[in-house]
Amino acid sequence: MELNDFLTLLTAITIAVSCSLLGCFLVLRKTVMVGDAISHSVLPGIAIAYLLSSSFNSVFMLIGAAIFGVFTTLIIDFFHKKLKLQEDASIGITFTWLFAIGIIIITLFTNSNTDLDQDCVLFGELSSTFLDKIIVGEYLIGTRSFWMIFPVFLIILVFILFGYKGLSIISFNEDYAKSLGINVGFINLIFMSLVSVTTVMSFESVGAILVVGLLVIPPATAYLITNKLKRMLIYSCLLAITSCIIGFYLSILIDVTASSIIIVVSGAMFLFAFFIINIKKMLNI
Amino acid sequence: MKETIIYFFTDSVAFKVLIGITIISATSGIVGTFSFLRKKTLVGDAIAHSLFPGICLGFIFSGTKDPFYLMSGALITGWLSVWLIDVLTAKSKLSSDTSIAFVSTFFFAIGSVLLSFISSSTNGNQSGLKDFLFGKAATMSNEDINVFVFLSLIILLIVILFFKYFQLISFNKEFAKSIGIKVNLIEFLLSTITVLTVAIGIQSVGVVLTSALLIAPAATARYWTNNLPKMLFYSALIGVLSGVLGVFISSTKENMPTGPWIVFILFFFTLMTLLFSSNRGWFSMVRKQRINRKKMAEENVLKVFYQLAELGIKNVTYSEFLNKRQMDTKELTNTIASLIKKGFINNDFQFFKLSEKGEVEAARIVRFHRLWELYLTKRLNFKEDHIHGTAETIEHLITPEIEKELLKELKFPKSDPHNKIIPY
Repeated sequence: MELNDFLTLLTAITIAVSCSLLGCFLVLRKTVMVGDAISHSVLPGIAIAYLLSSSFNSVFMLIGAAIFGVFTTLIIDFFHKKLKLQEDASIGITFTWLFAIGIIIITLFTNSNTDLDQDCVLFGELSSTFLDKIIVGEYLIGTRSFWMIFPVFLIILVFILFGYKGLSIISFNEDYAKSLGINVGFINLIFMSLVSVTTVMSFESVGAILVVGLLVIPPATAYLITNKLKRMLIYSCLLAITSCIIGFYLSILIDVTASSIIIVVSGAMFLFAFFIINIKKMLNI
Repeated sequence: MKETIIYFFTDSVAFKVLIGITIISATSGIVGTFSFLRKKTLVGDAIAHSLFPGICLGFIFSGTKDPFYLMSGALITGWLSVWLIDVLTAKSKLSSDTSIAFVSTFFFAIGSVLLSFISSSTNGNQSGLKDFLFGKAATMSNEDINVFVFLSLIILLIVILFFKYFQLISFNKEFAKSIGIKVNLIEFLLSTITVLTVAIGIQSVGVVLTSALLIAPAATARYWTNNLPKMLFYSALIGVLSGVLGVFISSTKENMPTGPWIVFILFFFTLMTLLFSSNRGWFSMVRKQRINRKKMAEENVLKVFYQLAELGIKNVTYSEFLNKRQMDTKELTNTIASLIKKGFINNDFQFFKLSEKGEVEAARIVRFHRLWELYLTKRLNFKEDHIHGTAETIEHLITPEIEKELLKELKFPKSDPHNKIIPY
């Protein structure tokens, strides 16, 4: 395996695993569309951070993303619970508005030479991430995109390991969790800011729309296969890794963008699982 | 401002854009109303993403950017996405939002694979395809406008012809099924017009923002009226208004995107309506709640005065009151002050006493309370220790008409289940 391929694949897998770990809880809590909304509405955060630092500076981006991610969930909640607008409409109105603001900022304040354009926001470019290598002394220690996502990945891991009990209770029964004295609001806030930080750290590589695919598809597939949360987490990571590897090699083989073919592969695995399960059901009856 | 308006009516390109946007916004407003009422607005988002592979397929098969082929492809994948969402939600344990998110990203990924396939295999003729993703409000051609007008007329015709069925399905699907309406067929028609609307919508504002055109006008109109034809009209109106304003604002500066401005204005309309609408808006709700709470507090205080008078205490002090009923001290002093102002209570040094007017009012509330308790035990067979709570709530809501019926039903009783006298 070539070094560049390895570096690209490593980035892809780290992103995919981070997304699918978080995605499991989104799927269980039926808040996938909130995750979808967040992945779109961090755009103004990215744009503002970009304007302030005139580069994809991680620290600014993280702060911008976390603020807008939390802001999104707060607005959706405000519309839904305080203003009594039905939930699907609250989500739809909020993320389109923030995305629109993001686009307006980008077109108003950036010129055509900048790296930040609508194309990269929607698609991302995984196969060029290896160009930006970080070299310390004489040693290559990875690509910049890898070092953007890796700390987030570690935080997610720690968050899930230490908050496992709380997260699992919240995912299955929020009211019960409240009655046990678990600080549901606080955990929600951290969780949603993790979702937004993850989408931002990966949007350069996979784009805002496809990152939703990584959040949803592997966890949804795992959810079809198993009823246990621990297994669901493990399966969805395995599925994510497999689709990254298959997708990456396919992308070299037929010369298409890697991030989209990864989603197509994992979507195909989902549909396969769906058909098998339904055929099984039919045969049993 | 005047120059801008003149510019729009004299410059044929700008005028065309204005016409195109007006048609698209009005159609989206009308079709979105049905999606909104069926709580399926996010399906519109999924459809928008799913049109992308269809457009690419249309291009691959025809080799041209003829809107007819691209639209046909879009229609097919759009239908497919609606169907797949339904199947996934019905045949697996996934919730509908997971199915929607799956379908939208999966289809979009297929589209972007196809697009990169096209750009590597053909020689650069595909440049216009991306317009479908980001919208091209500012560069609409005559041909585009013709297609928009044609499709919008079809959509409108379908809405007019099947209005009754759409209305039934939007409000009560089960009922529609039970009276023998072919629900599947009507839903198929509804998804068809939604797909068509999204297909023309993404050309003006792009994939991500199209769902705003469907959702926001309908959500706003819902707060203005309860009547479906009116709601459709308002929704279309709000859509057109934001569309036109968006076009004007974005034309003030070079390279300003039209779609995002339209969405921005739509959001502003929705937010203002949700906050300030006179009957269902947030502020009027808060005001109504405050008035209700005050009225209930006043009635409760009067009731306690009456009960204390029954025990022989006519001149009441704060501490005697609080012994009888727990209440926030500040709320109590405020309520008593307001009752004194209204002339229900007289103040004499530190004693408070019901006025004649206050006695009548207090008797009325106590009467409602006790009548209701009696009704619960006699007619609904409630246990005597279970009735106080509900009576405590309902006493504030009983109207003179209900009182009359209760009295007739209970044959003008003398005392309540706790053997207390019912005052008349």
